Amino acid sequence: MLFKLIEKNKNIITSPTFKKIIIILFIICLTLGLFEALILSPSDYLQSDAVRIMYVHVPAAWISLSIFSIIAILSLGILIFKNKNFVIIAKSLAPSGFIFNLIALVTGSIWGKPTWGTWWAWDPRITSMLVLFLFYSLYLLSWRIFDKQKAINISSCLALIGVINVPIIKYSVNWWATLHQPSSIKILSGSAIHSSMLTPLFLMTASFALFSVLIFLMKYNTELIKLKNKGLNRL
Amino acid sequence: MIKELILMNGYGLFVWSSFIFTFFNFFVLFLITKKQLIKESNKFAKKFSKLNSTQTVLAEKQPLNKIFAKNTIVHKI
Repeated sequence: MLFKLIEKNKNIITSPTFKKIIIILFIICLTLGLFEALILSPSDYLQSDAVRIMYVHVPAAWISLSIFSIIAILSLGILIFKNKNFVIIAKSLAPSGFIFNLIALVTGSIWGKPTWGTWWAWDPRITSMLVLFLFYSLYLLSWRIFDKQKAINISSCLALIGVINVPIIKYSVNWWATLHQPSSIKILSGSAIHSSMLTPLFLMTASFALFSVLIFLMKYNTELIKLKNKGLNRL
Repeated sequence: MIKELILMNGYGLFVWSSFIFTFFNFFVLFLITKKQLIKESNKFAKKFSKLNSTQTVLAEKQPLNKIFAKNTIVHKI
């Protein structure tokens, strides 16, 4: 059923109109998000205006984790069902996940200096995010180094091994003594963050997610055209 | 107001560098992805235009080929 759904929606994914809609939504969300994050939202009583780094750091971390989890699920599908479309989707998702991971690490480091007094600490959350960054790098490298079939198998295995790190990142703040505070936003229970800070956080998350969708669409189109180019050679 | 926004109570350097780094990366990723897309669609357009009439009919039978051929400037986004 999932295969049929993807096949059915392939035309929507490749249509330029769909991309335009995503771009427009991204611009709207980003403009509102930036206005809320930099102007309207209050400064923190303890961290003062340094707290505004949260509006780029947290969404970037959330999205890089989500993208890696999706890649891992797709990789399982690739290894079991040998579905070619899953390969293209996973490959197209990786670059934006990698960049969001890099943003989370660098902005986290910048945030660490005024808050903890250091640019870097071998804290469990930071270290596990660095491990995720290494997995993203290896995943992308495997596509460059190996030939197609080998790259599919190796990258899928890397994603499946790397996904073990995702719950470690999530629960590292509960399992070990860390510089990071425990989760302030929980899906099942209420949030510890005031709505004046929660609104820009969600707007920025939405805009980052839309940006990753946009990059995914462009990359997916590129991969499809590459395949079609090979198909034209055979005519 | 503008001075406050820039200085951010002394944290301006940290806040602005984080935002600038984020959007610089967005910009670079967008440019690289777009460049790759343009390169591949140009290759496709070149190959598609070189097909003879029988091959064109065969190629157009595949719906995606038709879409890509129609949007040979797929980079219109």
